[in-house]
Amino acid sequence: MEDIEHIEKGMKLIGPDGRRLDGRKSDELRPVRIEAGVLRRADGSAYMEWGGNKVLAAVYGPREAHPRHLQDPARALVQCRYNMAPFSVSDRKRPGPDRRSVEISKVISEAFSSVVFKEQFPRTSVDIFIEVLQADAGTRCAGLTAASVALADAGVPMRDLLASCASGKIDGVVCLDLNKEEDNFGDADCPMAIVPRTGEIVLLQMDGHLTYDEFQKAMELSIGAAHRLYEIQRDALRRRYSVTLEDILKESPPDSGAIGPESEPAPPSEDDFGPEGM
Amino acid sequence: MQTSGSLRPIVIPGEAVGGPGLKPGPGTYSEDGKLFAAQLGIRNEQDGLVSVIPLSGRYIPKRGDALIGEVVDLGPSHWLVDINSPYPAPLHATESPWRVEFGDTARYLKVGDVIMCHVLSVDEIKRVQLTMQDREARRLSGGIVMEVSPTKVPRVIGKEGSMISLISEMTGCRIYVGQNGRIWLDGDDRDTAIAAMAIRLIEDRAQAVGLTETVRDLIERAKRETGGPGPS
Repeated sequence: MEDIEHIEKGMKLIGPDGRRLDGRKSDELRPVRIEAGVLRRADGSAYMEWGGNKVLAAVYGPREAHPRHLQDPARALVQCRYNMAPFSVSDRKRPGPDRRSVEISKVISEAFSSVVFKEQFPRTSVDIFIEVLQADAGTRCAGLTAASVALADAGVPMRDLLASCASGKIDGVVCLDLNKEEDNFGDADCPMAIVPRTGEIVLLQMDGHLTYDEFQKAMELSIGAAHRLYEIQRDALRRRYSVTLEDILKESPPDSGAIGPESEPAPPSEDDFGPEGM
Repeated sequence: MQTSGSLRPIVIPGEAVGGPGLKPGPGTYSEDGKLFAAQLGIRNEQDGLVSVIPLSGRYIPKRGDALIGEVVDLGPSHWLVDINSPYPAPLHATESPWRVEFGDTARYLKVGDVIMCHVLSVDEIKRVQLTMQDREARRLSGGIVMEVSPTKVPRVIGKEGSMISLISEMTGCRIYVGQNGRIWLDGDDRDTAIAAMAIRLIEDRAQAVGLTETVRDLIERAKRETGGPGPS
């Protein structure tokens, strides 16, 4: 502990040109890439790379809640498991839930609880699994951002996607999206998640100390980044489902008569079945 | 992207789908007089009612739906049926087409049997009851059951059953489609395989225009390649 305190004083995290160790400016995000629908067995899934973070999110449900006594007769449960792979960090992480991952699971499930239309699925549970394959600070934000894409991919009704980003203070300067070194040797880290459409805050945590003004600045940076992430999320979903749309253009010219709006399946008893037996 | 966008715009949860004056339908919600998508899907507007046709999601039982279920448990006066939804569905002995003595349920349906049934009722907390009191309801023997995404079922059926009767006529298979995404096929091995292939194609290309023709081509080609005209 004393050692780290000592290094912190000596280490320069921001160069004379105002750039950080990895060459970013104080308000710059690390490169982000999201892919939706990567897992076959899950109802919805997403894979995300965010700087050095690699995160996989899978969503199951709504499905029967087990154990039964956890079922809520009025609404669905939103359960989340955040887990770090043993090989995700440089020192092998002991596998299994620990104090930290239990906390992260809790705050993430509460964040999603506030956007999912739980009343539509009484007695069920929506299960979100976040697996961190490689960690480089900001995994809870990456996990949450990926999980909301997975949730949309699963077709779970919700008010909006969630977008999440962290800001912190390094060398006394408020910066966006800290990486591992900045997180370890910096002064503060403040992850948050918002509902981008309304600006509601659904997750807010802080490690370290920020003054009121620094906090305002950090939130401003994070909210701006969350909106950029929101566009990347939407783009990932559009790409996933536009494969079929491109097929349309290839196959034949638009002909709306061939397939009308399918909102109404034909009345059940007669039309749902082919001629029975022939 | 732009052209396909105008053809069938995909909406993402949270996206605005309509202003005041329009009514929120399934898959949407309203806030401050504006409508937003609640699900990933395709926007659809009909008589001032905006809805989002989902592209993915689980089957939620609705009264009157025709289903294909699998018996998973027996009680003295009911069977428990898996209907591919988040809710367990009991079929009471009095709702079966047979006169069942108390405790004698196993004589009629055993665990693993596949049945065609209807949803009798669904209450506010989504307790489901099934019925087999219908001309079409029966125990399905022989054939195979395949599963597709429940959101693709309307496409598999087609307008007024056009798609399914096409497949059924061309392959000579007997086909039942349940609203829960389960499809029962019965015919000889080759025909069943062709029909299953056609259904998979529909599932993959559910958004495509001119799907009926594509399906017809696929079946014809498959029949030619496997030699000889089908038995139909």
